[in-house]
Amino acid sequence: MNYFLTEDQQMIKEMAAKIAKEKIEPLALEYDEKAIFPHELVKIMGDADLYRVFVPEEYDGLGGGIFEMSLVVEELSKACGGIALAYAASGLGTIPIILFGTDEQKKKYLPRLAAGEIIAAFGLTEADAGSDAASIKTTAIKDGDHYIVNGTKQWITNGGDAEVYSVIALTDPKRGARGASALIIDKGTEGFDFGKKENKMGIRASSTRELIFQDCKVPVANLLGREGHGFRVAMKTFDNSRPGVAAQAVGIAQGALDKATVYATERHQFGQPISSFQAIQFMIADMAIQIEASRALVYQSAKSIDAGAKNAAALSSMAKVMASDTAMKVTVDAVQIFGGYGYMKEYPVEKMMRDAKITQIYEGTNQILRDVIAHDVIKQAIRKKR
Amino acid sequence: MKIVVGIKQVPDTTNVKINPETNTLIREGVESIINPFDMYAIEEALRIREKHGGTVTVISMGPPQVETSLKEAISLGVDDVLLISDRAFAGADTLATSYTLAAAIKKMGGADIILMGKQAIDGDTGQVGPGVAEHMNMVHVTDIRKIEEIDTENKTIIVERLLEDGYVRLRTSLPLLITVVKEINEPRLPSLKGKMKARKAEIPTLTAKDLEIDLERIGLNGSPTQVMKIFSPPKPSGGMIFNGEVSESVSALLKELKNAGLHLSNVEEN
Amino acid sequence: MNGIEVILENCIGCKLCVKSCAYDAIEVIDKKAVINEKCTICGACIEACVKYGAIKITRVTFKGQNISEFSGICVFAENRNGKLASVVPEIIGAAQQLKKSLDKPISAILLGNNIKPLADELITYGVDEVLMIDNPKIGDFAEDVQTELVTEILKQKKPEIFLGGGTVFGRSLLPRVAVKLLTGLTADCTELEIDSGTKLLKQTRPAFGGNIMATILTENHRPQMATVRHKVMKEAEKQEGYEGKITEMNDIPIPEPKIEFLEFVEEQMDTVNLADADIIVSAGHGIRDPKNLEIIHDLAKAVNGAVGASRAVVDADWIAYSHQVGQTGKTVNPTVYIACGISGAIQHLAGMKGSDIIIAINNDPNAPIFDVANYGIVGDLFEVLPELMKQVK
Repeated sequence: MNYFLTEDQQMIKEMAAKIAKEKIEPLALEYDEKAIFPHELVKIMGDADLYRVFVPEEYDGLGGGIFEMSLVVEELSKACGGIALAYAASGLGTIPIILFGTDEQKKKYLPRLAAGEIIAAFGLTEADAGSDAASIKTTAIKDGDHYIVNGTKQWITNGGDAEVYSVIALTDPKRGARGASALIIDKGTEGFDFGKKENKMGIRASSTRELIFQDCKVPVANLLGREGHGFRVAMKTFDNSRPGVAAQAVGIAQGALDKATVYATERHQFGQPISSFQAIQFMIADMAIQIEASRALVYQSAKSIDAGAKNAAALSSMAKVMASDTAMKVTVDAVQIFGGYGYMKEYPVEKMMRDAKITQIYEGTNQILRDVIAHDVIKQAIRKKR
Repeated sequence: MKIVVGIKQVPDTTNVKINPETNTLIREGVESIINPFDMYAIEEALRIREKHGGTVTVISMGPPQVETSLKEAISLGVDDVLLISDRAFAGADTLATSYTLAAAIKKMGGADIILMGKQAIDGDTGQVGPGVAEHMNMVHVTDIRKIEEIDTENKTIIVERLLEDGYVRLRTSLPLLITVVKEINEPRLPSLKGKMKARKAEIPTLTAKDLEIDLERIGLNGSPTQVMKIFSPPKPSGGMIFNGEVSESVSALLKELKNAGLHLSNVEEN
Repeated sequence: MNGIEVILENCIGCKLCVKSCAYDAIEVIDKKAVINEKCTICGACIEACVKYGAIKITRVTFKGQNISEFSGICVFAENRNGKLASVVPEIIGAAQQLKKSLDKPISAILLGNNIKPLADELITYGVDEVLMIDNPKIGDFAEDVQTELVTEILKQKKPEIFLGGGTVFGRSLLPRVAVKLLTGLTADCTELEIDSGTKLLKQTRPAFGGNIMATILTENHRPQMATVRHKVMKEAEKQEGYEGKITEMNDIPIPEPKIEFLEFVEEQMDTVNLADADIIVSAGHGIRDPKNLEIIHDLAKAVNGAVGASRAVVDADWIAYSHQVGQTGKTVNPTVYIACGISGAIQHLAGMKGSDIIIAINNDPNAPIFDVANYGIVGDLFEVLPELMKQVK
């Protein structure tokens, strides 16, 4: 399939695919079973310059955008959706700095992030603030030349393993959502601790922890953007990162389809490979259609963001909803094609099914995103009526 | 420290298929790759540079398409590459090849360490390394599985050489030619920046007239060994296959072996 | 294209040559084959065009030695720790076959320290003259000294043929000697015979990764050198009382060694040495997971055999390289080779097809291994192996 990528894009895609096949795939099942964070793979991806892909050139990056990042995420996810998060979630934590950082902040963090020497994470969600992000309670009260941060963030991907955290907290609690600001907080800052590693259904090679702030002193120089703009930072970040999440889902789905198709050609029943039965063929066709359509949406929304589109939210939400629903359906069908073997942990597809589920939940539940999409469609319709 | 790595571009013989009807190789469309053993040589050279400083130059003798392999070497982070290419070099056996490579290395001003892979997967002779060392009048060691240490001041080096039944530790002086085995390291992947540099790179080339060589000693003329005939090995016809239920197949097999005078539990030497 | 040309009248543009070329060096333009600069003159197209004879290679080499001065068959008697290398009797066996056609004496070069008993042993294998240098300055592990001595002896004695073992040592020493003597060397020969007309040594070896065979001649240069791998040729028969002489070549100065021996570390092998084993149980990628190698080890123990592996298993880091059987691993020649979950890629076959009996276990009935196996079981190795162990006991 020719997607008419540029030479550079093709090179990036092939590099990610090579690392996925040679370095990630051999470790995927073990790291999932034992919930191991892939430190050595972070180094390999860093040395290969993958983290550089979406960082601007002036800060040691290769100057690519969300499209190039999505190419990488998809390839890595074909091998393991969990290990891919050591890359993708770092992207999520890096994007706020790229979009809103001062030159000094960018100089301080981006080169090392681009080299993969350190990785990032993004902290918004709390126990009582998931879809209702506006009801976060973590505070960051100014005291001289520091903010004192108090509160707990929940379910933060790369939590504990990342060195740099982009965190949303209330600098002016009385103003509610309009009083939130974004802060860059370094691991090791006094008063910044982590909860236990969560025991998850899937993406188990990714580490998920609480971020616990107790009178944590963060220098005012670490304010990202302006005070009160915290949710603007968060929403813009999510708009930009959503194609990446969608790409992860597409990768998981593609990986599952690839394995299921090969299996179907090898598994013989009634004297023939099961891939010769129409029941299986139609399943495979439907899986392929959904994946290709999801991929098209990922490419479309990513290119749209990179081209500077003002309103990227609806399109990237569509990509994420479609891709994640596809990943869930495709992985379930992949297990079905594998039959009894698909249910066994020695075979790779049950893991892919467990990995797929989270893509429908995080980075905006598919319900919230449908809300976003509906609002946008309705708004456009009203505008056209006028 | 001046480090030179000799590499060869080879067809990927591990992926070659046989046409089942004619029992001949399907050689068309076989990918060209850097000889796998040479990848370990490049990696070792980079590691020596990281530890002791210096430059890594990768050279290769072959037709113009060898440029792609030299670009791959650039993407891994070597300092320079050099292509030695001329129609006059074609048809060279290992004597002519090692003569030509040595002439190129001499033209470059020599080296402190020359690294090569143990053998090429198309020729499998392993002869070019020792041959180059002889033409350079240098000591050589083969089958090196580890470079333990290099004393750059005293110009001595300690290596571990893999033998059939273990390994031997040897000390010698630089300059030295080393052929490496796969146990020596884990080759790194190229980086994206490296690949971009490689894409734009111009590959310097030396032809026959750039070298100080006796034209009779290169290419076909310089090759005492000549291929008289090439043929496909005969296709075997296969034996007795058991594909029934497992315990039946196993007992049937053991019965056949017993009839042939073979007891698996105590096989006698013939 | 220098040295290789298309005889246009004979060429019908059938493209058989194009299909045979791994270097992408031939195209058919206007119904005639055209060879371009990518050609490495490997000769594969000549074989493909044997019907029409439209491709020809013209070979002229630089001036060689005076052929008439060279006579006799010489072998390199590699030795270590007071023992002849196990390949040496096999090389002598090959030399004996050549002697039948050439009717020339066999000599052996023996270098080392306190090696006189080995000279006697060589004679019992049918060596007519042992050319010996027995000196404490000659070490076992590095060939810098031996290379010089071998070269000197060959210059003095001028055999027409010189054979050595394709061992680690031999594959390092002989190429250097060949360059010093400006002659040709063919590595890893599987067949050696004398051409009845020309009396030249026909050196046949696998090429292209073991996928094809090539027969090579060294027409104008002497000695014609070749190496032979362990377990390829048949050992010479011992003849007690054979009359041969020992010539001590003490006029040859012994150079100062440039390589210093520090220590030898023996490999810890948990099971029987692969090269000498009578039974080998070998694991391929069908084993699927490194922990499943336990069944292989268990079976090997049960039949008192050694454990082998395909390259795929070694490359995946599931077992040490010393167990690898195949073109880039070891060549083995056991009585019984049991291939478990091995597909039978050519490169693996190159290392084990000399086995007396090959038993293959694979759940793919189309696996190429079944073409070379004497016996095969199509089935799941995880069921077959335990059953085999049960029934063998």
